[in-house]
Amino acid sequence: MAVLLLAEVTDGELNLDATAKAVTAVAALGDVTVLCAGAHAAAAGEAAAKIAGVAKVLVAEDASLGHRLAEPTAALVVSLAGDYDHVVAPATTDAKNVLPRVAALLDAMVISDVSGVIDGDTFERPIYAGNAVQTVKSKDAKKVVSIRTSTFDAAGEQAACAVETIGATDNPGLSEWVEDKVAESDRPELTSAGVVVSGGRGVGSKDDFALIESLADKLGAAVGASRAAVDSGYAPNDWQVGQTGKVVAPDLYVAVGISGAIQHLAGMKDSKVIVAINKDEEAPIFQVADYGLVADLFTAVPELVEKL
Amino acid sequence: MKVLVPVKRVIDYNVKVRVKADGSGVDLANVKMSMNPFDEIAVEEAIRLREAGKAEEVIAVSIGVKQAQETLRTALAMGADRAILVVAADDVHQDVEPLAVAKILAKIVEEEQPGLVLCGKQAIDNDMNATGQMLSALLGWSQATFASKLEIEGDHALVTREVDGGLQTIKVTMPAIVTVDLRLNEPRYASLPNIMKAKKKPLDEKTAEDYGVDASPRLEVLKTEEPPARKAGEIVGSVDELVAKLKEAGVV
Ligand SMILES: Cc1cc2nc3c(=O)[nH]c(=O)nc-3n(C[C@H](O)[C@H](O)[C@H](O)COP(=O)(O)OP(=O)(O)OC[C@H]3O[C@@H](n4cnc5c(N)ncnc54)[C@H](O)[C@@H]3O)c2cc1C
Ligand SMILES: Nc1ncnc2c1ncn2[C@@H]1O[C@H](COP(=O)(O)O)[C@@H](O)[C@H]1O
Repeated sequence: MAVLLLAEVTDGELNLDATAKAVTAVAALGDVTVLCAGAHAAAAGEAAAKIAGVAKVLVAEDASLGHRLAEPTAALVVSLAGDYDHVVAPATTDAKNVLPRVAALLDAMVISDVSGVIDGDTFERPIYAGNAVQTVKSKDAKKVVSIRTSTFDAAGEQAACAVETIGATDNPGLSEWVEDKVAESDRPELTSAGVVVSGGRGVGSKDDFALIESLADKLGAAVGASRAAVDSGYAPNDWQVGQTGKVVAPDLYVAVGISGAIQHLAGMKDSKVIVAINKDEEAPIFQVADYGLVADLFTAVPELVEKL
Repeated sequence: MKVLVPVKRVIDYNVKVRVKADGSGVDLANVKMSMNPFDEIAVEEAIRLREAGKAEEVIAVSIGVKQAQETLRTALAMGADRAILVVAADDVHQDVEPLAVAKILAKIVEEEQPGLVLCGKQAIDNDMNATGQMLSALLGWSQATFASKLEIEGDHALVTREVDGGLQTIKVTMPAIVTVDLRLNEPRYASLPNIMKAKKKPLDEKTAEDYGVDASPRLEVLKTEEPPARKAGEIVGSVDELVAKLKEAGVV
């Protein structure tokens, strides 16, 4: 069997971590061909060729693929799909935008956010914000699958495999990119960071979120947030952890001023060690925390920064 | 322009979901059901478009069991003009998959010719995040997912999307499928008089067969289990103790 894996390429750069984790998830299903698509994708293709387990890399460069708009990207993937039994991608927002479109064009049901691969037809995936795990067996001829990267380790390195350049398909021309608002940061990326420090509504204001950031910087951590913190404007949307935000599983997750709603837990409960700081001893976050500190965050966090 | 809003009946987001001991699914007996929260946001946005004079009619559609009527009445009470119920399952435990939902919606779109379909980004029961994208593929329309801002300007719309890197704005050709994210708006509550009025608004009832769509699932559910539980941790007495524990655990 053969697998086509749509790599995560942003502005010409490969997201190695997400792509290499997806490779691990599907390596047992057959030869893995990685597709790097973008306005510029050659460098990404070279990086992908070095991921252990990748048999071949396809590079498609075209202006229409520049911002990974769903319509041209899906058209390209569908044009290649004939040679493969599985079309997969790491479950990023990009892939969630594109893969269901691909699946419908192939008359297949997409299998989103897969956390376990049993065999070529059978997959595990969380439902109900991770309150249940479903095992599903697909009856479709081609399987279209997105991979929840937080449950797989990244594949290692290999000597580069072959890289082939291919053309783009016709752009249906339905959408146009206008602008990206991306905050530059020196901090590690949220979904691949070893340590994540997240703040919730308890932090109280955008200014006070600096406290969370100072703890993160002390720990070399990425910064996360609850939905309430994002909705209140304390933190940007791309920091949201949870059912409808990012799913993380770092070695250490520190939740500060977060109550621990199920929708938040869905995004972080697979972290190896969880620390919770909350002034309410009844907060549900303490039920999943390895170490809980019942304290006012405005005194506990500065003290923690000082003593670490 | 008509706006079509697909709304799904799901377990209320406040309910603690329980997995049945025999692994056959989650327990739905006597459980509070509500409109999928993202779909409330979609209904709200559609009503605001009508209030702003950008849309003439808001049509809510639900596909599933007969009880989804209640969900449609909620949409009507919020301000939708009329509703279509498509009965495609007779067992509340049977989820109609996004592909089948999209196929039925595609037929309704052909009939109703809306200028815009506003879906939720994700149903909080199956967490698939797929229906809008699939519908858009079947219709060959433009798609804008995860919208936190929507501006309609004549034959196109400007949509700001919540993506992993931050925010992306795209310009899509109308008619379009837009899936809505949490921060697009804050949905209104239906007032009592509007709940009463909603009872008299038209609600058409159809079946999947009426549209010639085979709604049988492509994914066979072999089992549904509880995720592995985390073992209870400990409460530490001070920041010093916390630091000591973290050092002991080797994570700092
Ligand atoms: C469809 C849907 C999707 C959702 N998706 C997500 C998601 O992806 N991610 C997510 O996080 N949420 C999500 N939510 C929201 C979720 O249900 C909760 O509302 C949210 O997680 C609460 O955020 P919070 O814990 O920061 O706020 P709160 O629940 O208000 O908790 C604040 C906590 O801070 C504590 N606190 C206050 N002051 C202090 C202080 N000085 N010192 C110490 N502690 C203090 C309080 O004791 C309290 O426990 C979703 C909800 C819905 C309906
Ligand atoms: N059975 C359904 N009836 C009506 N709308 C639905 C149904 N299933 C999904 N949808 C719509 O599609 C969105 C995404 O759902 P999903 O793809 O299942 O995560 C929902 O927020 C609804 O707007």
